[in-house]
Amino acid sequence: MPPDDEDPRSSPAATSAFGGVRLHVVTGKGGTGKTTVAAALALALASGGRRTLLAEVEGRQGIAQLFDVPPLPYEERKIAVAPGAGEVFALSVEPKAALLEYLELFYRLGRAGKVLERMGAIDFATTVAPGLRDVLLTGKVYEAARRRGPGGPTYDAIVLDAPPTGRIGRFLNVNEEVVGLAKVGPIRNQAGSIMTLLRSAQTAVHLVTVLEEMPVQETQDAVAELRAAGLPIGGVVVNMVRDPYLPARTLAGALAGRLDRDEVVTGLEAAGLGRRSGATSAARSARVGVLADGLLGEAAEHAARVRLEDEQRKELDVLERPTVELPALAGGIDLGALYDLAELLAEQGMA
Amino acid sequence: MSGSPAGAGKAAPRRSPGLDVDGLLDDPDMRVIVCCGAGGVGKTTTAAALGLRAAERGRRVVVLTIDPARRLAQAMGLVELDNTPRPVPGADLGEGGSLDAMMLDMKRTFDEVIEAHATPEKAEQILANPFYQAMSSSFAGTQEYMAMEKLGQLRARAESDPDSWDLIVVDTPPSRSALDFLDAPQRLGSFLDGRLIRILSAPAKAGGRAYMRVVSAAVGGATGVLTKLLGGQILRDVQSFVAALDTVFGGFRERAERTYQLLQAQGTAFVVVAAPAPDALREASYFVERLAQERMPLAGLVLNRVTLTQVEDLSAERAQAAAEDLEDVGGHALAAGLLRVHADRMRRRERERGLTTRFTGAHPRVKVVEVPARAEDVHDLAGLREIAISLAKG
Repeated sequence: MPPDDEDPRSSPAATSAFGGVRLHVVTGKGGTGKTTVAAALALALASGGRRTLLAEVEGRQGIAQLFDVPPLPYEERKIAVAPGAGEVFALSVEPKAALLEYLELFYRLGRAGKVLERMGAIDFATTVAPGLRDVLLTGKVYEAARRRGPGGPTYDAIVLDAPPTGRIGRFLNVNEEVVGLAKVGPIRNQAGSIMTLLRSAQTAVHLVTVLEEMPVQETQDAVAELRAAGLPIGGVVVNMVRDPYLPARTLAGALAGRLDRDEVVTGLEAAGLGRRSGATSAARSARVGVLADGLLGEAAEHAARVRLEDEQRKELDVLERPTVELPALAGGIDLGALYDLAELLAEQGMA
Repeated sequence: MSGSPAGAGKAAPRRSPGLDVDGLLDDPDMRVIVCCGAGGVGKTTTAAALGLRAAERGRRVVVLTIDPARRLAQAMGLVELDNTPRPVPGADLGEGGSLDAMMLDMKRTFDEVIEAHATPEKAEQILANPFYQAMSSSFAGTQEYMAMEKLGQLRARAESDPDSWDLIVVDTPPSRSALDFLDAPQRLGSFLDGRLIRILSAPAKAGGRAYMRVVSAAVGGATGVLTKLLGGQILRDVQSFVAALDTVFGGFRERAERTYQLLQAQGTAFVVVAAPAPDALREASYFVERLAQERMPLAGLVLNRVTLTQVEDLSAERAQAAAEDLEDVGGHALAAGLLRVHADRMRRRERERGLTTRFTGAHPRVKVVEVPARAEDVHDLAGLREIAISLAKG
């Protein structure tokens, strides 16, 4: 990482499409890597001396697994450092603890909280009525986003690893539901404030997808749902994009089965493949032929996949949202890969 | 297959026992197959493919899907969400089977339960209650209860009407965790037995004594804890909701318990669905362990989207090195490009293998069937049939 001599606080925001955003909500279909993208975004937003909070709300401990640390307690703790003395804190929001904290905070109900717990009210609120769970989870995120220390906001940005696209509209809109249910009272006020933040220009809901039909379809559906609910849509992060490896003409040839097999065979022989000590030249050329056929078959499948990805890319273009791409990493995601992805997000204007 | 002696002689990695899908589908005593797993692993597609194959082998099948992708729904002729099983057009029913499919409408299912268990006027009261409306249509978690409820209903109909179905294939909701599906009925039960319900449903009675005690112990003010927390109006809504539901609850719990027992019974099998990715396999592990704990019968694991190769004996490293050599020399761009494509595929394959081996190492007795990755999603029954064939071939 080259040293950054400029004022670290001004440079990242200057190039970002989401400079005024403080709450980044990251959603996506299951399996698209939304936790990975959320973590990379938190790192990117923290670079240059900033402080970000990466929060998860589904109790999956996905953050801990990604950063290879023990399961996170219900407590904000530093989980990584970003280039330029930035810090990423992480929090796994647990609904029961959030409710007790909420009761303490708003009502100073230390003992009553315990009474409620004995009554089963806490269980009720956090498990049987999962809508209330969403109220608590969004409430905690709201609290962290609004919290201020002596020198200003505690966090420069909050990244929320949110529920998947199928659930995101309901999750973010749950407080609207509460406003409808509770016509007056403290809960209504709290719910109203949360909706105000979520609908403001300080929030952006980013959608993570891969270039496959179902995730792209769900992304489009989610964008329509979020738009209808008046929630601000951020960028589209296209994850796990494969390297095409072959030029367009070769891809077209592979699809049509028109690649020159002899050319492949010659190349494989030049690379010394198929050679085996003691083998006759006939056996050797048979081996190379089998190898060439196998590689041509794989190239055809690969080309079909690349074509499908291009079609899906066009589907995403229709959404007219800032779109960034992240590569597929054949080796999987480790901490080093996370920093690479963070850098790619920053380069493409996400942070 | 490649005719290459090196390929044939190479030791295959340790394999789990294969899952005999046709054996499972052909077993006449098998009545319910539940597909579960993390979101985004092809659970619904697997359920649909199993249903199609069973029907085409002569079973009379209904597939209950929760939230199918649009094109998959279209492939199965599911154009509207009307909570009623309908025949799937285009299935080959030469063996005397049949195939129906339905999408779950959770609000409608909930309404029907209320209507079936409460007096008409009480039902009306409940259906009009704002708390009920919110809970039945928009709160996550309701889907799990209602999926179980619907399964119970379909099973009851299958029992009482021998001309209906002899096999129910169920998809499970895309929960945060696959375990939510198993936990839903018990949660409902413990909620119904809980003190909260008694307090909420009886604040007006003297039983209000317990309530009063809470109130005075906690705040000691004029307003009660709950009123203070929730606001008077919402508390009244909740109370009237709970009071109105009171009569329905018994039936509710009974049904939830019956469905739970059905899941443990002979004639039910769970199929855990996963993809060769860390999260999906971790969820699959949780689920396999949990099923064992609950003494629920596991048929095996369907591993979707597995990367296959046609050139097993050319490793990623070797292909990569060969491509680099060719590029250094120059002039063999096509072969070099193809080798790079292969190297990438092998890296993915090796990584998937590693993840899968970790799972099978931890669960050596779980039967596994692998389904190769496809370039495209399923659009029609032909695509579904191809998946079914992969499932059966193992």
